[in-house]
Amino acid sequence: MNFPGFGILKGLVVTARNMGGSYFEKARLTTELYPEERPTLPENSRSFPFLVYDGDDPEAGMRCVSCKICEKECPPQCIFIIQDRDAGGKALKRPKVFDIDISVCMSCQICVEVCPFESIRMDQEYELSSFDRFAPLLLDKSRLLKSNAYYRSIHPTEAAETDARIESEQKKKEAAAEAKAAKPAPSPEAAP
Amino acid sequence: MTGMIERAPIEILGWFLGLLGSFGVPGWILAAVSAVIIIGTVIGIFLGLFALTSVMERKILARVQNRYGPNRVGPFGLFQPVADGIKMITKEDLVPRTADKAVHFLAPVVMMVPALMVLAIIPYGRDMVPAELNSGILYFFAVGAGTEVAVFMAGWASNNKYSVLGAMRAIAQMISYELPLVISAIVAAMIAGSLSPSAIVAAQGGFAFGFVPQWFVLTPWGFTACLVFYIAALAEANRSPFDLPEGESELVAGHLTEYSGFKYATFFMAEYVGMFAVCGMLVTLFLGGWQAPLPFLTIVPSWCWFFAKVCFVAFTMIWVRATLPRLRIDHLLAFAWKFLLPMSFAAFLSAACWHYAGRGPLAWLLSLAIVGIPYLILGNSFTNRFAVSRRTYQFSE
Repeated sequence: MNFPGFGILKGLVVTARNMGGSYFEKARLTTELYPEERPTLPENSRSFPFLVYDGDDPEAGMRCVSCKICEKECPPQCIFIIQDRDAGGKALKRPKVFDIDISVCMSCQICVEVCPFESIRMDQEYELSSFDRFAPLLLDKSRLLKSNAYYRSIHPTEAAETDARIESEQKKKEAAAEAKAAKPAPSPEAAP
Repeated sequence: MTGMIERAPIEILGWFLGLLGSFGVPGWILAAVSAVIIIGTVIGIFLGLFALTSVMERKILARVQNRYGPNRVGPFGLFQPVADGIKMITKEDLVPRTADKAVHFLAPVVMMVPALMVLAIIPYGRDMVPAELNSGILYFFAVGAGTEVAVFMAGWASNNKYSVLGAMRAIAQMISYELPLVISAIVAAMIAGSLSPSAIVAAQGGFAFGFVPQWFVLTPWGFTACLVFYIAALAEANRSPFDLPEGESELVAGHLTEYSGFKYATFFMAEYVGMFAVCGMLVTLFLGGWQAPLPFLTIVPSWCWFFAKVCFVAFTMIWVRATLPRLRIDHLLAFAWKFLLPMSFAAFLSAACWHYAGRGPLAWLLSLAIVGIPYLILGNSFTNRFAVSRRTYQFSE
């Protein structure tokens, strides 16, 4: 035979402790006061893709060579690319137009995985709301291009891997070029 | 000095009326002006309390759940009621096409009027009763019962099956809980020997041994009656854990389904003012009304004590809301009829025995036994009846 109503008193004590405790222990409060306090995003969080450029000039350092693999692979077809051409109509290795419609993009990261030039990566920017549903959500080249330094700041681990890979490939290429430069002498003689 | 603050509201009114009188305003106009000022002050104070509670309730509930609560509008979110008010007023006022338009419109009004009318008989301080009725308690419950009509009006006029069902549940609940509410109130009236709220407060004045207040809640029968009154008041005011007429997380808002905008706000306001009225009644009947809790604290004006106590009781209601989950309808009704009602009768009997046994130590023991034994028996049988057992599935495995 237990004392009826004792459970309710215990419950009241628990709620009172939480009510008082939240004023003294900051750790209890899980809420972030959003505009003033920003969440620290986990490193692998992602929102929408952006284009990486090296150096200081976005146009000159653009890694994208307009191969259009991402455009073809994109499941919701939100990437739109027009290749740049010189005055003579010869195709250049850079895009003239590179648009991503983030109202269509589903953040699947397939573009990032298929890109052979480490050019497209996922951003962490999440404050993208706008009053118009068309123009502000269609990101063009100028809004998509972000520096490699920025990429390193948002995804440090991934960026370090990418940089190491680019460097090793660069070295391999140089080594091949050197070998090629060293070798060509005997080969023409052997040809005839 | 204290006497001046104590009597300040009355003195200011008297000075103002004297000023009007010196301009040769006839007496009947003075009486009307006096009445309007008193009514306006009381309604203003309670609507202010409503506004304050609506934000404090959200903040307290938030703190219990380890959140911040509203803190955007004004300092500490204190202007939140203004924002809510603007939102409610500017919302579209929908009336269903097949609704009984007149009754649909009248229901919030009928809900609001009794909630405000019952405020008239509560003694807010020494000599501060808007209407000195010698049957004030009777008036309080008679007028207060008017809200039940409003609830059914709202449900019926909406011409919506959910509204009617919700209203019927609300009526079942309110009528069931009216009985323990009234009987536990009678206990206090019986010991004080009067149905006048002022007399009941006066009967709780003075200090035993020079420092123990003689509030009814500090006796076995008074404590029981106070608890029964409190629980029944929670149910009458549709407060959690008895808020299943509205039950926002499980029902379509019950009788409020077809109400929106300002009419909904009126219902909401009436509910809160009703809650304060019933808190005021609880304070008057059991917590000594405007009496100070300790002799040296009598320097604080009596009306401060009254409102401090009302706010404390309102706070406990919010606290209970943050603690207990909502009851099921059959548990709710069984609780009213099988537990609260017998307990209120026990308190009634206990009070009578306490009075006739001479109000001494023997009376204490006797009255304690009369409420304690039924409490243990009823409470245990009740917990066993609705004990949560492990659910077994007959056809599984």
